[in-house]
Amino acid sequence: MTFDWSAVGHFMPMFWKGVVVTLQALVLGSLIAFALGLVWALAQRSSLKAVRWPVMVITEFVRNTPLLVQLFFLFYVMPEWGITLSALATGVIGLGLHYSTYTAEVYRAGIDGVPAGQWEAAIALSLPRRRTWTAVILPQAIRRVAPALGNYVIAMLKDSPMLFAIGVLEMLGEARQFSSQTFQTVEPYTVVGVAFLLIAYPASLLLRALERRLVR
Amino acid sequence: MSDITWGLWQLLFKGVWITVQLTVYSAALAAVVAFGIGIARTHRLWIVRFLSGAYFEIFRGTSALILMFWMFFVLPMGFGWQLVPMWAAVLTLGLTYGAYGSEVVRGAIAAVPAGQREAGVALSFSPAQQLRKIVLPQAWPGMIPPFNNLLIELLKGTALVSILGVGDIAFGASLVRNATAHSAPVYTIILVMYFVLAFLLTRGMRVVERHAKAGVGQAPAARTSLRSRLSTGPAVTGAGAAAEGDAR
Repeated sequence: MTFDWSAVGHFMPMFWKGVVVTLQALVLGSLIAFALGLVWALAQRSSLKAVRWPVMVITEFVRNTPLLVQLFFLFYVMPEWGITLSALATGVIGLGLHYSTYTAEVYRAGIDGVPAGQWEAAIALSLPRRRTWTAVILPQAIRRVAPALGNYVIAMLKDSPMLFAIGVLEMLGEARQFSSQTFQTVEPYTVVGVAFLLIAYPASLLLRALERRLVR
Repeated sequence: MSDITWGLWQLLFKGVWITVQLTVYSAALAAVVAFGIGIARTHRLWIVRFLSGAYFEIFRGTSALILMFWMFFVLPMGFGWQLVPMWAAVLTLGLTYGAYGSEVVRGAIAAVPAGQREAGVALSFSPAQQLRKIVLPQAWPGMIPPFNNLLIELLKGTALVSILGVGDIAFGASLVRNATAHSAPVYTIILVMYFVLAFLLTRGMRVVERHAKAGVGQAPAARTSLRSRLSTGPAVTGAGAAAEGDAR
């Protein structure tokens, strides 16, 4: 096997561009997943069946179908409906929507884990509903589940190469482009693979430390 | 939907068959890897634990799609091994999801009370006998719900092979899309197909779980709530959600 270090050097400018795009997609996707997941989790606790049911059906459906196909769906079908977005925006929406169905379960578990006494105390203090959620329940619930949410950020990072399939030039996309321009395949794919390890492994160590601190 | 002709439907059904094959073969490989690595991670020699732990961290840390590209393009160029695309895909998915599964196996083995192992020692069972006759039968029912989650993830992961030209459902859909020039019908159809496959897998795993629990004298958990009947995933509890997130 020949590993050409000069090819690695030539790939680096493209690689860093890819890293920036990957991180953009990851940060924006996480924000959507965190926000939308909370919406799903709260909607599933609604007293109205007309709210609970559709949300349950949608989240189960999205969670049990492949992200890649959802990306294709968004990328090809939205323009047919007259909504044209850039590939990166489509990818971010797809990533965020898909993982929001996972974070919804995490939030649900966190909310269920808040002791009943906390609810009773809020009632005893006659806190309004809104304040019960924002000041009592959610701070405790989210603190508990923060590491689990972080794990899904790592999972999103590992799914972000799929965005390349709809034409986003993230790390894998740049590697593909580089290899088709220079016919050097070994180096760019190896660099990208190692880069994922170098990001994901410290991140998971960090989360384990966070878990020890937050979850008691 | 009417412009999808019979020939195009056949293309999609052929894709379903490829996806099913990919799922079955990858799951079989993943199961072997999960038990092998999972048990090795509880081994008494530190070097065995270290090597299996390194395998777990490496395969958990990389993206399945990147690994698949590596198998497709780097292995032939760098080492001169050209794999049939289907088998390269099975190898990638099996090794990746096997790594996730090893965490499930390790956790379930660790959850078996220590007294059970000690009883095995007292009866002078060899370590292999303890594992085979005492620990694994009790750990097995606890593994099934997280394995079900991983199986669904694996099914979803098979869609990646379409990027590399293996003719699965997603690949069939791209052909149909080109033929009909409409995206909405065909992508809706295949999303439903994937959902039905996931639903069937979950039903199958529930049957396996009932049998496994009956085998160690546990009653199956009552699943009467509307949510759990509709849901394709196993009921997720607080600890379960955290553990599942951890395994990924």
